[in-house]
Amino acid sequence: MAKIIRKEKLAPAVTRMIVEAEHIARERKPGQFIILQVHDDGERIPLTIADADEAAGTITIIFQVVGRTTHMLDALEEGAEIAHLVGPLGQPTHIEKFGHVVCVGGGIGAAPLFPIAQGMRHAGNRLTVILGARNSNLLILEDDMRELADELMICTDDGSAGRKALVTEQLAECCKKNPPPDLVVAIGPPIMMKFCAETTRPFNVPTVVSLNTIMIDGTGMCGGCRVTVGGQTKFVCVDGPEFDGHQVDFDNMMRRLAAYRGDEQKDHDRCHLELQISEKEGA
Amino acid sequence: MSMDHKTPEDFQKEAVELHTEYMPRKDALSPRERLGIPPQEMPAQDPVARRANFNEVATGYSAEQAQVEALRCLQCKNRPCVEGCPVRIDIPGFIQAIADGDYAQAIAIIKRNSMLPAICGRVCPQETQCQEPCTVGKALKDSSKGVAIGRLERFVADWEREQNRIKPPEVAPETGKKVAVIGSGPASLTVAADVRRAGHTVTLMEAFHKPGGVLVYGIPEFRLPKSIVQVEIDTLKAMGVEIRTNFVVGRSRQLKDLLEQDGYDAVFVGTGAGLPKFMNIDGENLIGVFSANEYLTRVNLMKAYDRDNADTPVMRSHKVAVLGGGNVAMDAARTAVRLGAEKVTIVYRRTEKEMPARVEEVEHAKEEGIEFRLLQNAKRILGTDDGRVRSLECLLYELGEPDSSGRRRPVEIPDSEFELDVDTVIVAIGNDSNPLIQQTTPEMEFNRWGNIVVNEDGATSMQRVFAGGDIVLGAATVILAMGQGRQAAAAINRMLATA
Repeated sequence: MAKIIRKEKLAPAVTRMIVEAEHIARERKPGQFIILQVHDDGERIPLTIADADEAAGTITIIFQVVGRTTHMLDALEEGAEIAHLVGPLGQPTHIEKFGHVVCVGGGIGAAPLFPIAQGMRHAGNRLTVILGARNSNLLILEDDMRELADELMICTDDGSAGRKALVTEQLAECCKKNPPPDLVVAIGPPIMMKFCAETTRPFNVPTVVSLNTIMIDGTGMCGGCRVTVGGQTKFVCVDGPEFDGHQVDFDNMMRRLAAYRGDEQKDHDRCHLELQISEKEGA
Repeated sequence: MSMDHKTPEDFQKEAVELHTEYMPRKDALSPRERLGIPPQEMPAQDPVARRANFNEVATGYSAEQAQVEALRCLQCKNRPCVEGCPVRIDIPGFIQAIADGDYAQAIAIIKRNSMLPAICGRVCPQETQCQEPCTVGKALKDSSKGVAIGRLERFVADWEREQNRIKPPEVAPETGKKVAVIGSGPASLTVAADVRRAGHTVTLMEAFHKPGGVLVYGIPEFRLPKSIVQVEIDTLKAMGVEIRTNFVVGRSRQLKDLLEQDGYDAVFVGTGAGLPKFMNIDGENLIGVFSANEYLTRVNLMKAYDRDNADTPVMRSHKVAVLGGGNVAMDAARTAVRLGAEKVTIVYRRTEKEMPARVEEVEHAKEEGIEFRLLQNAKRILGTDDGRVRSLECLLYELGEPDSSGRRRPVEIPDSEFELDVDTVIVAIGNDSNPLIQQTTPEMEFNRWGNIVVNEDGATSMQRVFAGGDIVLGAATVILAMGQGRQAAAAINRMLATA
């Protein structure tokens, strides 16, 4: 059981929770994730750890309300308990002084990006952060990133905040500079990561992406999270979640993520009925 | 109803007649008479009915059947069955107790050597262990007609549980020593019980939200009811074993920190083999290809069989191919049938004789309408434009020269490709060792396959750390894991007694 200490809405369908998880707070490193279940037989979903407070014994999770489980999670209030929380899982980010690191966060991807950006900054890297979202309402962690980064660039699809552009346009400009960045870390929707990797490829800038796939146990047992990287099958949970973006077969990964979409849509509708959420509020 | 299926009532009627005939003279029966008693078959749910439910298939002997079967035992002086048992249960002893009607004594004899008889009686491959050298089978020139030791073991274990006679073993006075047991499958359950019995404090650490390991996520309800595993867990709790779920040693806590910071005096690693192997063929990452682990875990642990109520989905498959010939392949195929697949096919590159699955599981699978394609193997998986499984391309094989395992090596027949129309492929060709402890414990020695290297006591290269079960053996059986747990627990208890 993990008690919810604080809950706050960051955007219409994005929630931040601070949750009691003493050993995860102590052991977690940037790049790692947790798996939670809202109730005893609930689906196991992986979520990245956005932050942790070792002294308080808490971790921060930020999630977008998209499916049945995140709906039920979002319905829990402060003081309530999440039935099961396990972690930290996955290999930590490889952090060292690379020189100039560009971190690109798309939408909710800013959450897992934050501890990595923090780690990179503390390791003495020059840090550029590019945050992108569909619109200004969906932009998260802008202030935290501004405080951390040497340079922060914001772009939205509709121009409601920062530049009206895609993150890839900003990223291309960074890569064209002389010298180009030493490392790019891109986290966000698969399609964004795919195009970030395509953007940096001609410039030969090493590009790390963090994958969030369907998984059950998160310890290597089920193999549901497998992705094709450089023509080989890798497990996101034990080999990742971070991989060389230039090697990942994103098209296969995106298709695999959609494996249960039909069921999810039905679940989503059923869940709205059960939780009596109107389509407007939930969306 | 299937026409040729004998009901439990049919078996019972026959058993009562035999019981009446032989029991009054049970101690005076000649070996010849004993060999003449018909082997008692295991009653089972009707094959047609059970295709649509997850209830246990084999329903267990009646008392009369058990006693008649027990009378078939010749009580050999050389006891070949005991030699065949990995944990050396006094088999003639417990069978005699059943014949005498003293079931309490029978179960007490088994429990001297085995912690989990209700489980082993169901899942042990008896035909290659205790039953294989049975004199009765040899005399009748048919090893399948040997004394049904596993069924008798199950009978007395079930009797004990159903009579609410299970008593937690006595625990010695507290020693103040602490032992961490990592994983909660058969090896770990055994260690937890044996170490706790010696009065040490035991914490069982499980990565999943429920303890039981492969017994709960892997083996399906229709072969091993979860309530039976739960009884074993409850017994451990009653003994004072602390169970810590959602705890991944290596990640939630480093193994060495358990010893150096958390005050544990010894650690047992029983994390199992869990890292599914794939075929490394084209199309293996298409939608609709699953490891058997994933498929079974969704259905068993996450309860996806209850489609209307479970949060975890499982694919709605119509035509399923299962690759492999072990128990896990049978479990996956039979699960697919129960989830409503119209056609389920096992694809195995050797013949039925080489199949590692228990004979009973293969028979049950056939009765349930599963098609067996033997001497065939998958070559690649073909997909639709949107990345879903469309078909499985297979090759025909023939048997060549024997390989290192003594089994004749299957050799592909060139240009024999053909396509099987399927929407789901389940890969059940075994597991590699789980890399988590290896990734996070550089102090520990592993072999080239990723298995922990141990000595005869189960001691690893790390001081005060022991290991057993599939993480040491590679993918093996419940009983071997339990046997290793036994040895490691004894070594831990010896070490802590002198420390």
